[in-house]
Amino acid sequence: MTPKPPGALGRFLAGDLWHSFTHSPVAMAAALIAALCVFCAVFADVVAPHNPFDLATLELGDARLPPAWEEDGRWTYLLGTDDQGRDILSALMYGARISLLVGVASVLLSMLIGVTLGLLSGYAGGKTDAFIMRVCDVMLSFPSILIALLIDGVGRAMFPNAHASLAFTVLILAIALTGWVQYARTVRGSTLVERNKEYVQAARIIGVPPARIMLRHVLPNVMGPVLVLSTIQVASAIITEATLSFLGVGVPPTSPSLGTLIRVGNDFLFSGEWWITIFPGAMLVLIALSVNLLGDWLRDALNPRLQ
Amino acid sequence: MLAFILRRLLQAVAVMLCVAFIAFMLFQYVGDPVANMLGQDATPEQRAQLRADLGLDQPFPVQFARFVGNAVHGEFGLSLRQGRRVSQLIAERLPATLELSVVAAVLALAIGVPMGVYAALRRNSFFSHVLMTVSLLGVSLPNFLIGIVLILVFAVLLKWLPSYGRGDVVALGPWTTGLLTTDGWRHLILPSITLAAFQLTLIMRLVRAEMLEVLRTDYIKFARARGLSDVAVHFGHALKNTLVPVITITGLQLGSLIAFAIITEQVFQWPGMGLLFIQAVTFADIPVMAAYLCLIALIFVVINLVVDLLYFAVDPRLRVGGASAH
Repeated sequence: MTPKPPGALGRFLAGDLWHSFTHSPVAMAAALIAALCVFCAVFADVVAPHNPFDLATLELGDARLPPAWEEDGRWTYLLGTDDQGRDILSALMYGARISLLVGVASVLLSMLIGVTLGLLSGYAGGKTDAFIMRVCDVMLSFPSILIALLIDGVGRAMFPNAHASLAFTVLILAIALTGWVQYARTVRGSTLVERNKEYVQAARIIGVPPARIMLRHVLPNVMGPVLVLSTIQVASAIITEATLSFLGVGVPPTSPSLGTLIRVGNDFLFSGEWWITIFPGAMLVLIALSVNLLGDWLRDALNPRLQ
Repeated sequence: MLAFILRRLLQAVAVMLCVAFIAFMLFQYVGDPVANMLGQDATPEQRAQLRADLGLDQPFPVQFARFVGNAVHGEFGLSLRQGRRVSQLIAERLPATLELSVVAAVLALAIGVPMGVYAALRRNSFFSHVLMTVSLLGVSLPNFLIGIVLILVFAVLLKWLPSYGRGDVVALGPWTTGLLTTDGWRHLILPSITLAAFQLTLIMRLVRAEMLEVLRTDYIKFARARGLSDVAVHFGHALKNTLVPVITITGLQLGSLIAFAIITEQVFQWPGMGLLFIQAVTFADIPVMAAYLCLIALIFVVINLVVDLLYFAVDPRLRVGGASAH
């Protein structure tokens, strides 16, 4: 009897990627930290010691307590409390959830837009290509934060009485519409290479419709760079979200992200309550750094020239 | 030659028209200027009268042409929030932003270039590895956090430097400057370091990469073979050729420094254009947003154009390419 062929997981564990991963201490440490942050964010309801949004449990008498190891600190509030007596550690977990949510949602959306336009641009060529690439050039000549701010500003001006959910949509759209350019250029480059290969020629000759060639044949072959780009884009989307929220034009204050927490804490910096703003900041850097390190490792691991 | 310059100019004008069109659409379709100016109690006749006075009943191209004409003269109407002329508001804020950006750019070059050269020449030393690791951290560090930490350390804990506003300024005609007073400089230190930090890692990595590239070339090998000292080879020959792309990129980045100043200005409450823009976004103050947008686009387009033309003047290969293109 022949042995059963290994499943997807088995093949993955025996593959190059996993091997490279287990031999890179930096990648493993980064993955561990990122996984921990994601876990705390996703299961904030269960993991967080307090519920910072349950007004019934808030005690104003506990406001502005320092972290536990400082004088006056209490172990129930490991990282201290803010001006309304909310536990910083719990607020961090709930805040990271919102930051990650906005970051991942906007990256998925910009991936969808960017990959579609990139495929179209690379495969169709001609005027379509020229037009899309011109738009990319113009967008790339401005810093992304400025474009995000502008789209956000327009969104706000169009819906002046927007409620919370709409503010989220506007924010995600603003970040996504800024980030798609990177995808479009990457995918276009790879598509230009792929479309001249024999399998695409063959598919075209037997009469496969262009849309099907693009989606079923070209797309799987250009996804490698897209994957690498996505990891790095998640980090930069989270930073953009934090920056917009810090500037006061991001998520509504009723559901604070890490950026909002930093903005709120900033007002207490001068009265010496540093922990209200520094801990959310540290959390933000931790997430961004670990995701960036993972992206760097993935880029090197998937690059055949470095092996 | 002439054809290249003309084509480039035409492109610049096209980009500016696009931006102006976006700004114009903002005016047209976001918020109703008539309702803003008259309030809720106005009669339909009053509305129609104002509409005619403002030229809002005219066809679309005519309105757009008038908008562009006004914009060229720097006229964007009144700020919805402050009720003052937008051009005047921006003129007041422009010096603060420009001073901050230029000082930050100089600072980033003055620190970034030596660090990059060091990291290239001693690429395997311990300190170089520290520099490269720190620069990776710098990429992951949001700019405003650097500002907050600087404020915490130097303004709150050590109480050495102020953290708020511009300090004493001297008026030189319409231009106000903080560069002539000690107080102004003290106020400038923390914001300019914060703004420079985001450029610093970029410049350092760029100098290192370019320098490593140049050190591999033949003419450096020949220079060494001639028996020139290391100092002469590194600084007389290699660095000179490294700096050409570095200065170009820094020049190009001056525009993004001005844009990035938005964040620094918010952290330090620096009374520049960025702060004005953020307030405009928060309150949906369309005229101010549109004016800022057009001004920033103009700065970017002019910088890009100048750099392109300079390249053209410096690099003879481009001239050949430009001639064969048509």
